[in-house]
Amino acid sequence: MKRSTKRSYTLTVGCVLAGLIAVLALVSLFWLPYAADDTSGGRLTGPGAGHLLGTDKLGRDLFTQLMTGSRIAFEAGLGSVLIAAALGGTLGVLAAFAQGWIDDTLSAFLDILIAFPTLLLAMLIVAARSATLGSAVLAIGLAQSAVVARLVRILVKRVLAQDYITAARTSGTSWPRIVAGHVLPNIWPTLVVNLALQFGLAVLAEAGLSYLGLGAPPPNASWGRMLQEAQATFTTAPAGALAPGILLVLLVIGVNLIADGLRDTLDPAARRRRA
Amino acid sequence: MNILDVRDLTIRTADGRILVDRLSLAMAPGERLGLIGESGSGKSLTTLAVLGLLPDGMTVTGSAELAGTQIVGASEKQLTGVRGQDAAIVFQEPLTALDPLMRVGRQIAEPLSRRRGLKGAELKRAVVAALEQVRLPEPDRIARAFPHEISGGQRQRVALAMALACEPKLLIADEPTTALDVTVQSDMLDLLDTLVRERDMAVLFVSHDLAVVARVTERVLVMKDGRAVEEGDVREIVRTPREEYTKALVESARQLESALDLRSTR
Repeated sequence: MKRSTKRSYTLTVGCVLAGLIAVLALVSLFWLPYAADDTSGGRLTGPGAGHLLGTDKLGRDLFTQLMTGSRIAFEAGLGSVLIAAALGGTLGVLAAFAQGWIDDTLSAFLDILIAFPTLLLAMLIVAARSATLGSAVLAIGLAQSAVVARLVRILVKRVLAQDYITAARTSGTSWPRIVAGHVLPNIWPTLVVNLALQFGLAVLAEAGLSYLGLGAPPPNASWGRMLQEAQATFTTAPAGALAPGILLVLLVIGVNLIADGLRDTLDPAARRRRA
Repeated sequence: MNILDVRDLTIRTADGRILVDRLSLAMAPGERLGLIGESGSGKSLTTLAVLGLLPDGMTVTGSAELAGTQIVGASEKQLTGVRGQDAAIVFQEPLTALDPLMRVGRQIAEPLSRRRGLKGAELKRAVVAALEQVRLPEPDRIARAFPHEISGGQRQRVALAMALACEPKLLIADEPTTALDVTVQSDMLDLLDTLVRERDMAVLFVSHDLAVVARVTERVLVMKDGRAVEEGDVREIVRTPREEYTKALVESARQLESALDLRSTR
């Protein structure tokens, strides 16, 4: 009993943290205190009336930028995770079912992709396309696909080795039915938890890329770019760096707590222990 | 026609090691055959090969006909048809024999709906009947339970109910009682014996325990290191084992029994 209260607590705190930032992101779709390119605020004014957190060196409202940044963070996280789940999931299932050289080739390819630096991949994609949020998300999503694919492959293989799969095959159940009825439900808990963790990592990766100028172009403020722009004036106007930094940390912690809480509620082994 | 006809079945690993060596066996419809041998003797592999379920990388040569269909070299599509119709399997480990995330009732419903085309309330009744038939108490409750909510013995009965739901002509029981408590083991054997007799089902009973095999089968085939070393009537083999390995097997079973006698008379 005690364990399960602690668990729901983890999930709740995670949801609150990520939820707050999600609200900022959602509101930014419909309303912003100032336009993204409004530079009428005066330079580096500091927190005060009219500008909740003050302005940056170009006179843009910091809170407005934070809100757009939240939206971009969620877009980056969701986009990357969707790519990783779709592409990585498909490749993983294929590799698990393929035998011999197909499995070997796929696995080798995934290992190379995992070893390939995400930064380099992002630079290549940006060079081929342009520096947009889409390019960053594509790079992160591709890199994460490899991780997810490898996880899915091993999860599926483990389920396929179970007696109940052999029993189902013996009794003449077709492969599509086995995959839909037995394999997917059994890998789902682990997969969902991993995807939640990947979301947090994707948010961090996007901040890193846009810090380097490989993310969303101005005037869309991403947290990473806000950090980069505030770097020079950090000692005189710390709010510009602290605000996006803190939100970034809160979101990643929140998402990781959610992943942790999900693991405990979804994992059949944990559920069995409680039962 | 034999329900199972295996001739010169040879199983090799990818690197050429021979796991089962020119094994031949035949089973008439309704016959029960015990396959006995120590672990690693190739008895479980033989049952998997007969169903076309060998792990990737192993190669099979020879012939294995299940109800007239050649299994060696058959396509997955052909195999799916044969397996559902003609054979079902019960495994040793009740923990992994059922999908941990699916309610017991749904797992039994799967073969029932496919094999008999049942739906809705009719299917529900059939599921409960299937659970009753393996003498599970409170079949309604068990149908709604997840595998981890019922005991090992109960899980094994559910696995048996699933196998029987397919109405196979051949039931393969791969050490179905080894993982159970001794008291539960005996009940399970009785149950298996009765249900199979009622249905005139052929049974291939795999075990390392001579006493268990003797209880449900008439004929046994003793395997060692991938080869059939002796085959014949159970009683005869127990009375006059010819091969060294069979002698040792009988001897050890006897010793266990006499140890029990000694203690009870003391």
